[in-house]
Amino acid sequence: MARSQSLEVQEKKELVSKEEKTVPARYYVPNSDIYETEDALTVVMEVPGVEKKDIDVHLENDVLRVEGRIDFGKYEGLEPLYTEYNVGHFARTFTLSSKIDQQQISAQLKDGVITLTLKKAHEAAPRRIAID
Amino acid sequence: MALLFSDPVDALLQFQQALDAFRTSGWLGSSPSGSGAYPPLNVFRKGDDLVVIAEVPGIRKSDLQIQVKGHTIRIAGRKSVEYGETAGLHRRERLAGNFDRAITVPVEIDADSVKAECRDGVLALYLPRAERDKPKTIAIG
Repeated sequence: MARSQSLEVQEKKELVSKEEKTVPARYYVPNSDIYETEDALTVVMEVPGVEKKDIDVHLENDVLRVEGRIDFGKYEGLEPLYTEYNVGHFARTFTLSSKIDQQQISAQLKDGVITLTLKKAHEAAPRRIAID
Repeated sequence: MALLFSDPVDALLQFQQALDAFRTSGWLGSSPSGSGAYPPLNVFRKGDDLVVIAEVPGIRKSDLQIQVKGHTIRIAGRKSVEYGETAGLHRRERLAGNFDRAITVPVEIDADSVKAECRDGVLALYLPRAERDKPKTIAIG
């Protein structure tokens, strides 16, 4: 991608979930990148305003679920005058196809971006077969 | 309208509805700055002062540039998204690029005491209203 390209605004997508929430608040779907290298699958999600302690990462039966809650107490005492986006918690679920080593998942949070590194299980990694 | 939250369960929804109600406001509409440029902003009032909040996930502090003069605030910077050399991409939703946005607010800002904070991908600018711009109360003699 060219360096000079100007950044466009991405409208926040509200989460349409199959399961219903008991919390009366809106959830948003974080913009995500997924890429794969030889030994790992990496999921990168944008969750601005979410602190480290408010992130849940859950992997069960090949379903990866990430939820990030914002602390809207920071907005207390602020009176909106003009708004262009809404704030809310984030949640997104992915079904993983390749075999993931459930013991080796690491997560990092930096500048409002979560990076999940899911190491592939040994049998799922490509193997080079030597010919005798 | 004061945002005083009594019930912590309903509070977030009330706040979201309050934000939604203002999304159609044409507050910046007639100024040359307009809207629609990156980053999307929310402007709040806190007493006499303004607070501008923007979501800038994945942008380093060092890649953000904030300038304030008089009634105008400029937010410029660059967002980069990097992958490893050998990575195969399955999904790409995060955008990268440059941005430069200036907004004009209806009150004059005391540029020397502006505070900027960027934490967890949220940029907050605390813009104190200039002393000389504040209304004077006239006592009736």
